[in-house]
Amino acid sequence: MTTLSAPKGNTKVNKLGLEKAVYKGLDSTLCNGCGHDSISARIIDACYDLSIKSERVAKFSGIGCSSKSPAYFLSRSHGFNSLHGRMPSVATGAMVVNRDLIGIGVSGDGDTGSIGLGQFKHAVRRNAPMVYLIENNGVYGLTKGQFSATSDVGQELKHAGVNELPPIDLCLEAIVADCGFVARSFAGDPKQVTTLLKAALSYKGTAVIDIISPCVTFNDKEESTKSYSWGKTHNERIVDATFVPFYEEITVDYEEGEVKEVELQDGSRIVLKKLDRSYDPTDRMAAITLLEEAKRKQQFVTGLIYIDQNRVDLRDQERLPETPLVHLPPSALRPSKESLVKLMERMK
Amino acid sequence: MSVAEPQTSPVTVGAGEPVVNDFSITIATKNGSGSQTANATILRALFKMGIPVSGKNLFPSNIQGQPTWYTIRASKEGFTARRVRAEILVAMNKVTVYEDVQKLESGGMCVYSDSLAYTPNRDDVTFYKIPAAKLATASGLEGKLRGYAENMAYVGVLAYLLGIEIEELKGCLNWQFKGKAKAIEPNVKTINAALDWAKENLTKTDPFRVERMDGTTGLVMIDGNTAAALGAIYGGVTFAAWYPITPATSLADALNDYLPGLRTDPETKKPNYSIIQSEDELAALGMVLGAGWAGARSMTSTSGPGISLMSEFAGYGYFAEIPAVIWDVQRMGPSTGLPTRVSQGDVLKTYWLGHGDTKHVILLPGSVKECFEFGWRAFDLAERLQTPVFVLSDLDIGMNQWMSEPFEYPEQEMDRGKVLTAEDLNRLNGGWGRYKDVDADGIGWRTLPGTDHPLAAYFTRGTGHNETALYSERPEHWEANMERLGRKFETARKLAPAPIEDRVEGAEIGFIGYGSTDPAIVEARSRLAAKGTKTSYLRLRALPLSDSVESFVRAHDRVYVVELNTDAQMTQLVRLDTPELAGRVFPLNHNDGLPLTARWITETLEKMEA
Repeated sequence: MTTLSAPKGNTKVNKLGLEKAVYKGLDSTLCNGCGHDSISARIIDACYDLSIKSERVAKFSGIGCSSKSPAYFLSRSHGFNSLHGRMPSVATGAMVVNRDLIGIGVSGDGDTGSIGLGQFKHAVRRNAPMVYLIENNGVYGLTKGQFSATSDVGQELKHAGVNELPPIDLCLEAIVADCGFVARSFAGDPKQVTTLLKAALSYKGTAVIDIISPCVTFNDKEESTKSYSWGKTHNERIVDATFVPFYEEITVDYEEGEVKEVELQDGSRIVLKKLDRSYDPTDRMAAITLLEEAKRKQQFVTGLIYIDQNRVDLRDQERLPETPLVHLPPSALRPSKESLVKLMERMK
Repeated sequence: MSVAEPQTSPVTVGAGEPVVNDFSITIATKNGSGSQTANATILRALFKMGIPVSGKNLFPSNIQGQPTWYTIRASKEGFTARRVRAEILVAMNKVTVYEDVQKLESGGMCVYSDSLAYTPNRDDVTFYKIPAAKLATASGLEGKLRGYAENMAYVGVLAYLLGIEIEELKGCLNWQFKGKAKAIEPNVKTINAALDWAKENLTKTDPFRVERMDGTTGLVMIDGNTAAALGAIYGGVTFAAWYPITPATSLADALNDYLPGLRTDPETKKPNYSIIQSEDELAALGMVLGAGWAGARSMTSTSGPGISLMSEFAGYGYFAEIPAVIWDVQRMGPSTGLPTRVSQGDVLKTYWLGHGDTKHVILLPGSVKECFEFGWRAFDLAERLQTPVFVLSDLDIGMNQWMSEPFEYPEQEMDRGKVLTAEDLNRLNGGWGRYKDVDADGIGWRTLPGTDHPLAAYFTRGTGHNETALYSERPEHWEANMERLGRKFETARKLAPAPIEDRVEGAEIGFIGYGSTDPAIVEARSRLAAKGTKTSYLRLRALPLSDSVESFVRAHDRVYVVELNTDAQMTQLVRLDTPELAGRVFPLNHNDGLPLTARWITETLEKMEA
């Protein structure tokens, strides 16, 4: 551990000697009370707590209300606000050529569940290294209130009428696509969101967190399963995850359930608290069953639903060298003149 | 034409002056039958004998069993364009033999397999019937492999009839199969058996022959897609994402073939590059833009249908100003079109690919040598201009073998464009803005993600932005940004490869062409000049059009734009470029999916000039 200079006055700093303000972004232009703003605040918290250097982070997003949010956190990180549904491909390209980047991708339920479903599945399948956040509000907020693919059956909107199509469960889709880190949370649960973000930031591969993030303008009706009040009353926590960063040791005491320790690739450990004794987040079939049952009951389960640390991430699949490809010197990029002469001789 | 009696001996036709090194051969077989090896062997043997040759594959959109044709042109004058009719036919396909024979030039000759149940039905053609299946038994192969060997039978017979040097044929087999005896032996045996049989049983009565000459010394033979891949490799390509599509796939295949040998780190043994086969063309360009944004030289290769899919990202790359290289190996459209036929139909589409006011830099290679050169130059342009650069090749250049001068190594350093490092930012002490036009060339300075400086970061977006990349809907910001992009495009006009001109004093007619039409135009001009018609020629190598195009149009009474598309696409751009002279610019466009012939140019010109 490095010794840092004393902070000025009473201002708290992290291990890099930086105040939390450094991790902020521009003022949000989203509606007052938007769930996405809570998530942005949690990203700031998580990155500050983990002493991540903002300059190492690359932010990606598609198009939609949630995709605007990367401007509202980590102003010292480069951002790429791309095209509707196409964030995964852009992130994949960037993360492969610079393996040192920490990727955070922000998407929405329309961006990922409709137009982006294909790229989402393939990025997960490739295990592109990034935190993949779906800020899920069950509507198309930016175009003012159409159903999304995660909308509930029977959900009602002003112009769109009543939805009769079954919702797509993005956590289930992720598990089926062999995602090794699948979690769900709720924007109004700061402790859980922050904990899951920290775990996701340390996971080697695609870490998907589907965060129910109520739309105060177009979707906050009592009955909608995505609203704040419904979430707080129906919330079933299945796994309480207390993230333990590498350089700190915290033990939490719970009265019920087992304590399961999962070691992450960078040496950090997650201590999982099972609220349900028989639930095992490393059991894929159990995770799928859990989600299917929850769908039937119209509930959402939160916490770390599935984790698999044996999947090789894309950087290793591609056998990328330690030096990021973008930092290779010119001599490593252009083969020699002799090699061209040799090739030409062979073709004569 | 009457049905002749079954032949026992060849008809004596065409006695007279020998025709040396100046004819075309059409070989009609079935695809997937192994004829590719045989044809490539003949082509290369003639090349090694010093005879200028070109080979064209006319193949179906199919894997096995459909008719396929290969044309080899030998031209002592060095002309490599397709010719309308061939003098020599090798007929190995029962389904197409009658039609194939119909197309032969009068006075020509035909070698045909006895398995076709074909009765010669032209008396102005010399016929040679060969027992291909029987000759193939000499290979020692069984079953399907022996079927492949039947093609070597016609190689041996042609060797006898035309005088192709056997040692050169054997050398070519050795070269093709990289010295593997097990693959070479059966083929050599068949060729020898066929040659011996032909000496015993055939009397040559046609005039066609080859003779060693000195027309190919120092040249290489290569296809355009391999040349493009090599050019990209010598241009430092570091990332490629692609989706398979005819006729672009072999470009990505060539990257996969050559990169391991040229870009593996000698110490770590790890690849210094990454190639990802994406789930579709949309994702391919998305990955390329992500990689280019992060600072890597990135490319994709596709054809028309893929270009359509890439429309949205192309516009994004233009507006958000991200370097990328996109090869479009053009095939016939619209829609799925003819996947295995040539066209130049994507000119207007790629020039304006994307909604809103979008325009792109396009490179137009006219030879395999330029495929190599533009392979590396495209990266320099893309990174200097911070924009997607399209390279429009086509199926004829991309998938056929062409003679060429050996490729020249790019001596100048790679141009990585305007990138600010952390040190630069320290020196600038604040005041950096991503889209500020500090150099008056329309190009801003960028930083790469991961740069260790608190002021390095900026937001890349497809939405309206101001000079410091902040979101903005302000009318003055929008206009200023679009004006700057216009200035950047003018910078591109100067940096892009200039046209190649051949101005002939006193010529009233000027040809403008681009891409694979060059061999036909060159040959047509030669024929026209021999008849006393002078023409000038300007070969475009890029869009936006160079200023020299206007001066060329001004200097001639009539300008004919030669191209392979139905809507005369480049003609429209030339007319738009100098609207007051549009009346003297005429389309000379042809689009049936086949490579252009000189005869079509001269005959059509004659009609239009009348």
